[in-house]
Amino acid sequence: MVIKIVTNFFSRIFSNMFKHKKDIKLGFYGPPNAGKTSLANRVCKDFTGEEIGSVSKIPHETRNIQFKEKVEIEYKGKKMIFKMIDTPGIATKIDYENFLKYKMNRKDAKKRAKEATQGVIESIKWLDDMDVVVIVLDATENPYNQVNITIIGNLVARKIPVLIVANKIDKGKADVKKIESAFPEYDVVGISAKYGKNLEEFYESVFKLSKKI
Amino acid sequence: MKRGKDIGKIKGFSIQFLPYSEIKDLDSNNRIKKILSIVLGNNILILQGRLKTEEEARLIGDTMAMIEHIKDFKGIELAVISGNGNEGIWGKMKKGMANALSGGDMGAITIIGPATIVKEMKRNPKKIELLLNK
Repeated sequence: MVIKIVTNFFSRIFSNMFKHKKDIKLGFYGPPNAGKTSLANRVCKDFTGEEIGSVSKIPHETRNIQFKEKVEIEYKGKKMIFKMIDTPGIATKIDYENFLKYKMNRKDAKKRAKEATQGVIESIKWLDDMDVVVIVLDATENPYNQVNITIIGNLVARKIPVLIVANKIDKGKADVKKIESAFPEYDVVGISAKYGKNLEEFYESVFKLSKKI
Repeated sequence: MKRGKDIGKIKGFSIQFLPYSEIKDLDSNNRIKKILSIVLGNNILILQGRLKTEEEARLIGDTMAMIEHIKDFKGIELAVISGNGNEGIWGKMKKGMANALSGGDMGAITIIGPATIVKEMKRNPKKIELLLNK
């Protein structure tokens, strides 16, 4: 009995000592086709040489939570280790017929829709497990989408630091200012995950937020 | 209530207004059940006030689960319109007190419709436009 108490005491002390050494869980959230996996791939490729998942023009390409452990990001001489968590896009509707437009057969489209609905459920469940979240939005789309507001509201309620990324700034229609005015209380960083544009500012913001946890 | 069977074929729809008092005393589970049962009956629901943020997330999750289980149900369109947060300190205090008394954000309006009827809810800070499927 005494041995057990002593063992528990020391294990508690040691776990607290190394608590800050744990990898930071960095989640990528947002609506489908905003570029979450493209951005996560870009970061993973830069620092580990490997990608986290496949990307596609067809929505809901990511239908399972994808991880990359021990991603050591270096920025201006400082290093932080992250566990990258790429999540399926959150949507309020999924219609398999939309996938038929991409020359997918009916059976595959139905399968994809079924997996996509499960992916959304998984993404929502995982909200509790994040340390820092990057909300990836398509800068060419209207940011006043209830899904975006709901995700951010849930992260705020859980006191999880949030960074908003306005992706696809390489496209002419991109409007970062619109995203900034939709979410004035948050840092918004305009990037192009596809072309690796403005990633320095992205890393700076991620480091800044990660220090808050 | 028509569930599932007729949802894919639009023969008409109705708009239903739900005062917050109707859901005020329900727990989160029953609130979401009530809302989804209205939407599954081919109704566009206009709810006085808004759900808690965690209830909104749960509504999305439960909607996804229903897509799998109810034939021809494709999900929902959802939009909440509320104050822009520029009320000033006194305004915020008044709003906070009113919300505490009523139990919900009475200045907000939540619109939820089945995706088979509502194609898109176009939103900007001050208005919501509903585009319906033909």
